[in-house]
Amino acid sequence: MRYEFLELTELRKLLDEKKVSSVELTKYFLARIKALDKNLNSFLTVTQEEAFKQAAAADDFIASPGENPLLCGIPYAAKDLFCSKGVRTTAASKILDNYIPPYDSTVIAKLKEQKAVLVGKTNMDQFAHGSSGETSGYGPSCNPWDTTRMPGGSSSGSTSAVAAGLVSFALATETGGSIRFPASVSGITGWKPTYGRVSRYGVIAMGSSLDSPGVMALSAKDAAHLAGVMAGRDEKDSTTGHHPVPGYAGQLNPDIKGLKIGIPKEYFIDGMEEGVKQKVMEAIEVLKGLGAELMDVSLPNTKYGSLVYAIICPSEVSSNLAKFDGIRYGHVTSAAKDLLQVYTKSRAEGFGDEAKRRILTGTYVLSAGYYDAYYKKAQKVRRLIINEFEEIFKKVDVLMCPSNPGVAQKLGHAADDPLFGYIVDQLHIPSSLAGLPAMAFPCGFSRPVDGDTPSMDGLPVGIQVIGPQFGEQKVFNVGYAYQQATDWHKKHPSLE
Amino acid sequence: MKIFDSSKEYQPVIGFEIHVQLATKSKMFSPAPNNPDEVRPNTNIDEIVTGQPGTLPVANREAIRLAAMVGLALNCQIDEWSKFDRKHYFYPDLPKGYQISQYDQPISKNGHLDIALSVIARSASDEAISSKGEIASAALAMTSKTKIKRIGITRAHLEEDAGKNIHPEGLSYSLVDYNRAGCPLLEIVTEPDLESGEECRVFLQELRNIIRYLGASDCDMEKGTMRCEPNISVRKPGETSLPKYKVEVKNINSFKFAEAAINYEIARQTEMLKEGKTPKQVTMGWDEKSSQTVEQRSKEEANDYRYFPEPDLPVLQFTKEYLDKLRAEMPELPAQKRARFLEEFNLPAADVENLINWKELANYFEQVVSEIDEWLEQEKGLDRNQLIKLVANWCLQDFSAALNKEFKNPLDSQVTAENFAELIKLIAQAKISGSAAKTVFKVMYEKGGEPLSIVDDLGLHQVSDELAIEEAIDKVIDQNQKAVTDFKAGEQKSFGFLVGQTMKELKGKGNPQIINEILKRKLS
Repeated sequence: MRYEFLELTELRKLLDEKKVSSVELTKYFLARIKALDKNLNSFLTVTQEEAFKQAAAADDFIASPGENPLLCGIPYAAKDLFCSKGVRTTAASKILDNYIPPYDSTVIAKLKEQKAVLVGKTNMDQFAHGSSGETSGYGPSCNPWDTTRMPGGSSSGSTSAVAAGLVSFALATETGGSIRFPASVSGITGWKPTYGRVSRYGVIAMGSSLDSPGVMALSAKDAAHLAGVMAGRDEKDSTTGHHPVPGYAGQLNPDIKGLKIGIPKEYFIDGMEEGVKQKVMEAIEVLKGLGAELMDVSLPNTKYGSLVYAIICPSEVSSNLAKFDGIRYGHVTSAAKDLLQVYTKSRAEGFGDEAKRRILTGTYVLSAGYYDAYYKKAQKVRRLIINEFEEIFKKVDVLMCPSNPGVAQKLGHAADDPLFGYIVDQLHIPSSLAGLPAMAFPCGFSRPVDGDTPSMDGLPVGIQVIGPQFGEQKVFNVGYAYQQATDWHKKHPSLE
Repeated sequence: MKIFDSSKEYQPVIGFEIHVQLATKSKMFSPAPNNPDEVRPNTNIDEIVTGQPGTLPVANREAIRLAAMVGLALNCQIDEWSKFDRKHYFYPDLPKGYQISQYDQPISKNGHLDIALSVIARSASDEAISSKGEIASAALAMTSKTKIKRIGITRAHLEEDAGKNIHPEGLSYSLVDYNRAGCPLLEIVTEPDLESGEECRVFLQELRNIIRYLGASDCDMEKGTMRCEPNISVRKPGETSLPKYKVEVKNINSFKFAEAAINYEIARQTEMLKEGKTPKQVTMGWDEKSSQTVEQRSKEEANDYRYFPEPDLPVLQFTKEYLDKLRAEMPELPAQKRARFLEEFNLPAADVENLINWKELANYFEQVVSEIDEWLEQEKGLDRNQLIKLVANWCLQDFSAALNKEFKNPLDSQVTAENFAELIKLIAQAKISGSAAKTVFKVMYEKGGEPLSIVDDLGLHQVSDELAIEEAIDKVIDQNQKAVTDFKAGEQKSFGFLVGQTMKELKGKGNPQIINEILKRKLS
């Protein structure tokens, strides 16, 4: 019996019917990780012992009478940005190489409550600064479809782990594309929640006004299930909304007749690969065939998105990284002669280049004399972007557009192309700035233009759906409707 | 309070930056306990306080309420919208590398605090002014009265405190204690409206009273729950604008030292200005041992704190309803209580001041007085003012002394207001002597109990029965004929001797007044 690539409800059934135990399931996935991850580098830490303990406890619970929570006994992984009590958490940076959090992030605590089984912490761009996974202090992760290529970032390890069937779902985060982009280039479904839908407590902060903890899953239906568990007001995070959490999965409705889908012209950028454009258009046609009404729309403020982000994100990053100073935790230099050197050397030794770049930029932007011209102004333009989306959602229910102008690029490409992140992120940043919910999911394959790839069909193409704030249900419905009518999400790479 | 002639005199210009640690159960942005008395280091901490990665602040509602109450009590403007900002700098006692504070939208601003000062006014004679512009006091007719001076409050904002760095002597390392990190602070900044050490002391006392009356903090300078840093400069004669320099003084941990340090600085700066020098803009530290201000190692260039709005906390909205509710909950403030006490109780200003400065004692005092007032409804013919003075004296002398020795609150003592009032009644009715009263009070304080039973137990009833006293006096006169003769011959001391003998005869319980009266009568 093969357990990889099964939907959560299927796994739940197997466990409830005692056809497999959580310990067996955990053993199975850990064996897969052991066999396959050396080529993928998805995991920074595998928590074998702890996982078996959790699995045994889950089995005890399943044996007791009563209903079992959906995720009880199901193995999962978490991006190494989520603090896990007693389990090393690095944010893929050497500055936290030895950091063991004394507490659980709220999302992991919620999953613990469900008795899900954490098998390990996944690789990522260092402190989430990147879109290819290559700024990790521990080497990049690889795309399971073609291990010479990136799985996308910053949630690179969570993506490759789910795409390769090493776990059924993995926690991830998005600040400016870090869920949607990797999901698109690796052929899986990634949910980026509304900002404030899921608690950020315990998620190592990058851009405080942008960070959205979400999930990499095998389908929209799974994502909807996970949203039901992860979402909700957290008293420890004052930026979470008080909105009730509907049973997203229970309310999934594939009937999208009359649903108005806006197609924003600014997102079909020049230089998009033809193969990718084709697949995206085909997917939109499928939805039209299901009864959705397509509307061409325009979002002129889209072009300011990347510029606004380039100011706000590094500013918040430079502030959030100030706590890494070698005094209380993390790397501390052995070469300091005075207090100032404790700071300068520890940080210079521990941080990667991209982190340093963002700290420098952010510090400059916030300095006296520049705050008004840059940060304050950027926040004002952000408000214009938010307003523009608000207006458009009065006319349409959701927006749909490409999630990547091409397919997965070769590892090393990002280093050669200084505009790589900029190009890739511009499709995600505006909706991120506006705190909107979104989901990326596979809609076909296309051959790469920069070289060869093992599969004849090429590499995964992704499409994204964006909804209004707290409009998760609509987003899930579109994805679910599409995945009921197609089976791109059921295609998986052959790894053995 | 001096009224300066700015064209002729050097006029001090003083403002304060005051930090008050608010008395909330938990810290400003985390549920860790807020307890300034904790001595074990790194005990009142949690993952938020120590700035662990991934943690987020949650604003303390009570701290915000107390801050708003203080703002209202200081007649401040509280705008509808306020927010928190991040203030960045690196120091080991600052866990996140930034302090959550308030920058351009503090909770309160543009307020004032009125203080009462005694004024020394000059006579009309200008010849009294010496050539250097100083007042030659000998030549002046001084008149003294009280004047109200208004001190401007620029702003009052909320922020979190930093931890403490400890530098063990002779060692190559320093230690950091985060017990204090994250505690809620209210920073109050005043306009530079103060002009002397005395004014500053009065101002600080009134501010402390207001804050204590609100229950916002115990404002203990020694414990560090109130810290104040004066900024002092001196205007040259003829100057109308603010001086271009100011000197900050740190390490002041009592009002007495504040007054001394400020007066010292004023003198030091005035001297320099007279010599044509401009004092350096530095930070000075008050050195208790030498009673001087000493220049501290100056920080390098002014820090650029890179303020920006705290993204982890929503903005604060002070609605009209919320503020109206706070106003309705405002307790009686010191100024009102002072005015009321002066009017209701006819006590001397010094007594009132001492009671105002100790809220719990003032409340206790009022309880005792209300017991007395109840009693006076039945017992006519006694002087209320006299009784109240008696209560005040006992509160401010014997009771205060006993409480202060043990750092106790009047309500925590064994002396109930009822029993206190009973004791006063016994004294007023001359049922016990003054020294007996002290004995009874001591027992009441140490063990509790009703004064009447204590008097019975110890047999302290004063004999005021005239017949009994007359009988004793007759006996004493009979047995001490020589003394009687001596007295009649002019020897005053003999009278005292006879009083003493009478007292002995009455076993020390004689009412001295009555003894005196009757003896005088008999010997005349």
